[in-house]
Amino acid sequence: MRKITYREALREALREEMRRDPSVFLLGEDIGKYWGGAFKVTEGLAAEFGEERVRDTPISESAIIGAAIGAAITGMRPVAEIMFGDLMALAMDQIANQAAKIHYMFGGQAKCPMVVRTPFGGGVNIAAHHSQSLEAWFMHVPGLYVAVPSTPYDAKGLLKTAIRGDNPVVFCEHKLLYPLEGEVPEEDYTVPFGIADVKREGEDVTVVATLYMVHKALKAAEKLEEDGVSVEVVDPRTLTPLDKQTIVKSVKKTGRLVVVSEDCKTAGVTAEIVAVVAEEALDYLDAPIKRVAEPDTPIPFSPPLEQYVIPDEKAIIKAVKRIT
Amino acid sequence: MTTNLTKDKLAEMLQKMLEIRFFEEKVFELYAQNLVPGTIHLYAGEEAVAVGVCSHLRKDDYITSTHRGHGHCLAKGADPKRVMAEILGKRMGYCKGKGGSMHIADFSIGMLGATAVVGAGIPIAVGAGLSIKLRGTDQVVACFFGEGASNQGTFHEGINLAAIWNLPVIFVCENNLYAMGTRQSMVMKIENVADRAVSYGIPGKVVDGNDVYAVYEAANEAVERARKGEGPTLIECKTYRHKGHSRVDPARYRPKEEVEAWLAKDPIRRFKECLLQTKTLTEAEIANIEREASAKIEEAVKFAMESPFPAPEEALEDVYA
Repeated sequence: MRKITYREALREALREEMRRDPSVFLLGEDIGKYWGGAFKVTEGLAAEFGEERVRDTPISESAIIGAAIGAAITGMRPVAEIMFGDLMALAMDQIANQAAKIHYMFGGQAKCPMVVRTPFGGGVNIAAHHSQSLEAWFMHVPGLYVAVPSTPYDAKGLLKTAIRGDNPVVFCEHKLLYPLEGEVPEEDYTVPFGIADVKREGEDVTVVATLYMVHKALKAAEKLEEDGVSVEVVDPRTLTPLDKQTIVKSVKKTGRLVVVSEDCKTAGVTAEIVAVVAEEALDYLDAPIKRVAEPDTPIPFSPPLEQYVIPDEKAIIKAVKRIT
Repeated sequence: MTTNLTKDKLAEMLQKMLEIRFFEEKVFELYAQNLVPGTIHLYAGEEAVAVGVCSHLRKDDYITSTHRGHGHCLAKGADPKRVMAEILGKRMGYCKGKGGSMHIADFSIGMLGATAVVGAGIPIAVGAGLSIKLRGTDQVVACFFGEGASNQGTFHEGINLAAIWNLPVIFVCENNLYAMGTRQSMVMKIENVADRAVSYGIPGKVVDGNDVYAVYEAANEAVERARKGEGPTLIECKTYRHKGHSRVDPARYRPKEEVEAWLAKDPIRRFKECLLQTKTLTEAEIANIEREASAKIEEAVKFAMESPFPAPEEALEDVYA
């Protein structure tokens, strides 16, 4: 199968959906012909679809999301880009109080089919305002779906599902994943929400990881295999809906759980996954649960500082070894 | 004064204003009887704004509304029965009891919903305008908000976006002088919110919001502009709420003389007087319209009272489409 990058996979999803459905359009800062998006995901799309459907906006995050909502509830399927995940804070009312609640609050009258794409994550030394992982904020808001693709295949398939669905989706990308290559079929396909993917099968311990951490977990698993530890890596692919069944099934098989996420530990992604297992599979655990997450600090700038707080392979290996 | 309004249209506008007034009086009455859960923000006193603007709108045009939104809904053509049922938390309400007084919507008539976050409806209205532009129709959006909302970032972001994209949105600022208990002069150096239009390069107009003719005329121009694809307008309607901000508010922060002066400018009384002076309607005709409006609201109350409450477990429905 051909290989393309995560960035190209996202672009293909956007292009194919825009060709398929005239109600799909894009809006965001610098996504148009001059820049093609800060991470070049939308490069070339303005040339194909024109500036009406690939709209450069002012630096107005609330208005970007609000405009997407207004368009979505009146028949369009907007895909908004927020340049950095940290900047979702600027649009939080529109996302959490408006988009998420429109269907419910108005008694099911309206649908709000929109996608907000945004890159999270650190590792590129751009400090506290451009490096956070805030997926958990959106998990805490009923009415939103939260997608967290870790591979080009998942990125394309999940983005298509997001665009074709009838609910607001926070589509979390990761800066370090954009250049990552992976197999992606030429033909049309989608990846359903709420179906985790077992990225590696194993017997001794379950490692649940998302986004860039999936790749760190896979590398850790390879090294652990050399030491005779068989690791199963489960990638939820969407945090809302969360595929509890696949996670619980894996834990029942291995009897051990390590949850890895780049966000802060307290009340974060790892906390929710651990809680699910504690509620539904506690009796199957042969060892305490371990979490590998960011240690509740803002993301620092200087490389040694940043490397210290962002979970790495070594931290995953250490956590696995403590319970196997 | 607008002379091109037909007798029928004027009678219809008066009836709508009366329906809103009677509706709000009923809500207040039901609230006093402990039949309204939560809070209420009454529109009484501001009827000329919603009716003056919505009289120009077609069924397929859109509006967005606020926490003080009953009047907007009724003016756009929502069924008072279902609005009242929603306010009482009943299943037959527009939102099946999930929204209440501050979140009424009727998407079948382009009423895109009331948001209770001050200023949050502005970018949403802009998005509806963008949708109209992308779909290539000649619909328009009327976006209602108060002067308090004009200090929110969404006001700046939203109007700027509508301006640069020439979107068919009529921004209607209902300036009732107070944001809760905060007088406009405490939080704005300028007297007219409409002056802010200059910074977006769009027309801004101040009108007497208690004069339905004045609102109608200003809205006429703005709606025409929007339909022709010439972009948004900001209309500021100077008006006054008869009651306090919400149910708990006796509005003691408003000087007595000020309240009396505004009550003397009651938009419904002024409209009636004008209709009589111009011999457009007779006393008998007005009395008849009043009876009809009152009967319609009585019927709405009856419907709402008779509607069942939703089953508790319906709380779990409609989270996702």
